[in-house]
Amino acid sequence: MCLAVPARIIELTEDRGVADAMGNRWPVRTTLLPDVRIGDIVLIHAGFAIATVDEEEARKTWDLFAEIADFQERQIPLAKEEESA
Amino acid sequence: MMLDRVDDARKRIQDAVAALARPVNIMEVCGTHTVAIFRSGIRSALPSSVKLLSGPGCPVCVTDPGYIDRVMDLAARDDCLVATYGDMIRVPGKNGSLETMNRSNVHVVLSSDDAVHLAREHPKKTVVFVAVGFETTTPATAVAVMTAEKMNLNNFCILSAHKLVVPAMQALLSDPNNKIDAFLCPGHVSVIIGSEAYRPVVEQFRRPCVVAGFEPIQVLEGIAEICRQLADELPQVTSLYNAVVTPRGNTRAWKLIETYFEPYDGPWRGLGCIPRGSLRLKPCYERFDALVRFGIEEIPGQEPEGCLCGRVLCGLIDPPQCGFFGSVCTPDTPVGPCMVSSEGACSAWYKYGRRGTIHGK
Ligand code: SF4
Repeated sequence: MCLAVPARIIELTEDRGVADAMGNRWPVRTTLLPDVRIGDIVLIHAGFAIATVDEEEARKTWDLFAEIADFQERQIPLAKEEESA
Repeated sequence: MMLDRVDDARKRIQDAVAALARPVNIMEVCGTHTVAIFRSGIRSALPSSVKLLSGPGCPVCVTDPGYIDRVMDLAARDDCLVATYGDMIRVPGKNGSLETMNRSNVHVVLSSDDAVHLAREHPKKTVVFVAVGFETTTPATAVAVMTAEKMNLNNFCILSAHKLVVPAMQALLSDPNNKIDAFLCPGHVSVIIGSEAYRPVVEQFRRPCVVAGFEPIQVLEGIAEICRQLADELPQVTSLYNAVVTPRGNTRAWKLIETYFEPYDGPWRGLGCIPRGSLRLKPCYERFDALVRFGIEEIPGQEPEGCLCGRVLCGLIDPPQCGFFGSVCTPDTPVGPCMVSSEGACSAWYKYGRRGTIHGK
């Protein structure tokens, strides 16, 4: 639950904006990071930007998430089969 | 390059373990680390003398059972709307869960902001925001209260179960039976509190506190750093997650927490009341406090009978040592929160355990 996802701010008016990660878009509030600008990449947790991150770090996390999503799709059903076997 | 880093970390772990010549217990205090560790199979890459314990790092799991009952009581009222993060709806209380209750006044929200909007849209109802989480989540609740205050909303309140990580670490180490040699500290909580927040743990208890991110290699390097510090008998605060964690953290977020909340000795599942380990609204904001508004007492609840989540959370047992694990209790039919939450230790063991570990039953 404390997981935060990096996303790029693509719209911003005062402390409310929209962020994009891998094509997914969310409303975001930047109240906790007042200096953030459009184009910055931030870590978003429960709708709030909590830290800025650089492109390289964000890319690593996006890659990891893509891997996890893929892994979970393949592994969870397997675990269940094993359980019922 | 990555393989070099893996080999290097493993070698450092082996060297330290050889020098130590004793078992080492490292506790991770972050549900996301728990999942990352299981998924990546890190446990099986470690020498058998290095054991990883999953601590009280998942906010859903550490929430006292009495809190769930209070939320359910509020959800049963016709004058309330309950706004909650999705993680909470399947957690069983003494009379089922919010999900099995199936009431139209339970709303799943993605952000505390959505809960404030809900209050604006439903002026005739009182919206109760189910405010759970550690320091990563608390600033969002503080902003919600601030927003409600600015908008003069008098139908918005929160039921706080917010918790602080460092007091929990100190409480665990204060127990003379604890087996914890070091902490792998949570990445995103540290973004808010800063790595220096762990300094009292190192100074008071002489245990290494190493902050790591969620990439498996960084977790492994964190374990290597911990083993080295233990072998050298030089416990320190170290952060490997410098891409986002600073020594002092997000000071604006922390300031918001301090503006609206005060620490008190509130109940945790399995750990009892931890000195200054929970957060409640300050008296000057009590109009936003659901306890005050509805005259509710904070009475600690009972764990579901037979569920050993409390002992799991303290690192005293591994989930398979619970008699319900995998039989009565599965992710589809969870008995305790550690099986409900995807970040819970029981759920991680169930999904990945057999493959990901050599520390099985
Ligand atoms: S396996 Fe189920 S019943 Fe046992 S400790 Fe875990 S959540 Fe509780």
